[in-house]
Amino acid sequence: MLKIENLHARVEGKEILKGLSLTVNAGEVHAIMGPNGAGKSTLGNVLCGREGYEVTRGTVSYNGMDLLTMAPEARAATGVFLAFQYPVEIPGVNNTYFLRAALNAQRKTRGEQELDSMQFLKLVREKLKVMQISDELLHRAVNEGFSGGEKKRNEIFQMAVLEPKLAILDETDSGLDIDALKQVAQGVNTLRSPDRAFLMITHYQRLLDYVVPDFVHVLADGRIVESGDKSLALKLEEHGYAGLAGRQPAGAVA
Amino acid sequence: MSQPASLPLVESLLDAPLPPSGLAWLDVARQENLEAFATSGLPDTRVEAWKYTALRALGQRRFATRDMAAPAVAVDAASLVLPGVDGPRLVFVNGVFRADLSQLGNMPAGLSLQPLSQALAGDAEPLRFSLSRHYREPGDAFARINAARAQDGVVLRVADHAEIGEPVQLVFVAAAAGLDLAWHARNVIELGQGAGLNLVEHHLASGEPTQLATLVSDIELREGARLQYTVLQNASASTHLIRRTALRLQAQAQATLHVLELGGALVRHDLQAELVGDGAQLHTRGVFMPHGRQHIDTQLAIRHQALNTTSESTWRGVANDRARGVFRGAIVVAPGADGSDASLSNKNLLLSPGAEIDTKPELEIYADEVKAAHGATVGQLDERSLFYLRSRGIPLAEARALLTAAFCRAVLADLPNEALRDHLSTLLVNQLPDT
Repeated sequence: MLKIENLHARVEGKEILKGLSLTVNAGEVHAIMGPNGAGKSTLGNVLCGREGYEVTRGTVSYNGMDLLTMAPEARAATGVFLAFQYPVEIPGVNNTYFLRAALNAQRKTRGEQELDSMQFLKLVREKLKVMQISDELLHRAVNEGFSGGEKKRNEIFQMAVLEPKLAILDETDSGLDIDALKQVAQGVNTLRSPDRAFLMITHYQRLLDYVVPDFVHVLADGRIVESGDKSLALKLEEHGYAGLAGRQPAGAVA
Repeated sequence: MSQPASLPLVESLLDAPLPPSGLAWLDVARQENLEAFATSGLPDTRVEAWKYTALRALGQRRFATRDMAAPAVAVDAASLVLPGVDGPRLVFVNGVFRADLSQLGNMPAGLSLQPLSQALAGDAEPLRFSLSRHYREPGDAFARINAARAQDGVVLRVADHAEIGEPVQLVFVAAAAGLDLAWHARNVIELGQGAGLNLVEHHLASGEPTQLATLVSDIELREGARLQYTVLQNASASTHLIRRTALRLQAQAQATLHVLELGGALVRHDLQAELVGDGAQLHTRGVFMPHGRQHIDTQLAIRHQALNTTSESTWRGVANDRARGVFRGAIVVAPGADGSDASLSNKNLLLSPGAEIDTKPELEIYADEVKAAHGATVGQLDERSLFYLRSRGIPLAEARALLTAAFCRAVLADLPNEALRDHLSTLLVNQLPDT
């Protein structure tokens, strides 16, 4: 589904990703772990097309398409979703209105029928059951005045409604108390399916206690330096990230 | 400080003789204001209040003083209707009162509403103070010509403690005529002690008239009066609309204004408020959205003159194409107005490189224990918000429109009339560039 090869990217002239390679197949859950400043969030932002992230080398192929040449909205329409580390507050734009506009814009791009407000409401009700989010949040402006936990749950709720093929979760677990963490994890687990892949970017292994990954990768100094199964996360928990940056990239060409 | 009276505009406005009113004091006041206008002409940009609004081009034009057809010109009555506004209505077409389009039956108890032309024919004495006024500032040219030439307008009174539930609608229609026309309307509005009024002022066009219109409104709120005042300015693209609204709030009076400036070629609004009684409260919200070659200038001047008075103002500007927006927000907290609270915010968006907005907040404080805050910004849409929307699949143009509409709608958030609020919100969105 996703094939990243030798990806180099700069932010404000500074090279952050230095030859990252990674392959993700449909149905898989990958965890990307690593110390602060390793390039974890940069990877998520590059994959979603954020301005200011300059790719200098390498390729990203998504279902056979060159992802890097596509506009952010086009990537979303083909099924790429980023759960933001810091979801943006947008005063004056109603949460439900925003979500329906997003879903219909994606459907339109894909040549699917747009949902009318009744159909959309029905979908929202179904998804609300999955994600424990209060009805009241839907009537407020996007993320405005939401607590940290509410913002993160709102990201997962959006993911549930938009049903992406490739979901990238950028430190969705950070700043959550244990109850919120469980809810986020439950939301992710409910959405796991054979045709959907997850890329979970996280600093801690805490989330991985609840969402068990198929693969764990260690990102350090802009490259994947080690890959393994879920036991790698436990090792990291025990030994920390110290010394990882010096290792050779694991599977430099995947 | 002024341009010579030989300008075509000034000549044309002086052209016809003043019709006698039958009231000696009024004829004198009109004549004196006309002479003051003739002497001073138009202000140029060296006059501070007109610094960003040049009248050179307007000064070269001529407008006829009278439209003989105005009493009969056809206007689509449906265009006068606003959602959520179904109370008494007073309609003027090209400055002339139109009983056939107005709605004056079933007048609520405590409300007196009539055209100025009729009020002057009856007991005119209560109007004497307001209509005898002389305008002395160098920038007052249009108030002078209005005082001299306005033959009609609104006289509205709410009795002490009367609560007028139904919104009262004042409609000014500019209708296409055979000639370029100048018209003037004068409004005198008074809310008695503890009275409550919901007022809607609506400017619209019928056809594509080319006009110069001036409007002067004096609004007095006596002790404890409450006014909810919504202005929808949707004039034609070639109308030059110059308004002055002067509010005076006595003790504990409260006024809340929502102003939408959408239409017009050259639009100028002087919004002046004096908080003369202790505890008076003023809230003003407005949005101006010039596009094409429009020029929209709002001059807000608030004067705190009494103890513990409050003013809070939130204004937004959005300029597109080669349009220009001007906003000046001047707040004075006069000596003795201790404990006052004044805040003003004006945020602006430029949607195209050729657009311009000049904003100038001014704050002068001469009292003690005053809380004051003011700020103004001119910028573009927030990149982080744009990316957030796009990352969810919303195309760039649509994301821009969504954010711009949200930016403007903030000024409508506390408008209690929901149907009217929705309608105004739709008008704002429609004014945005196509996506």
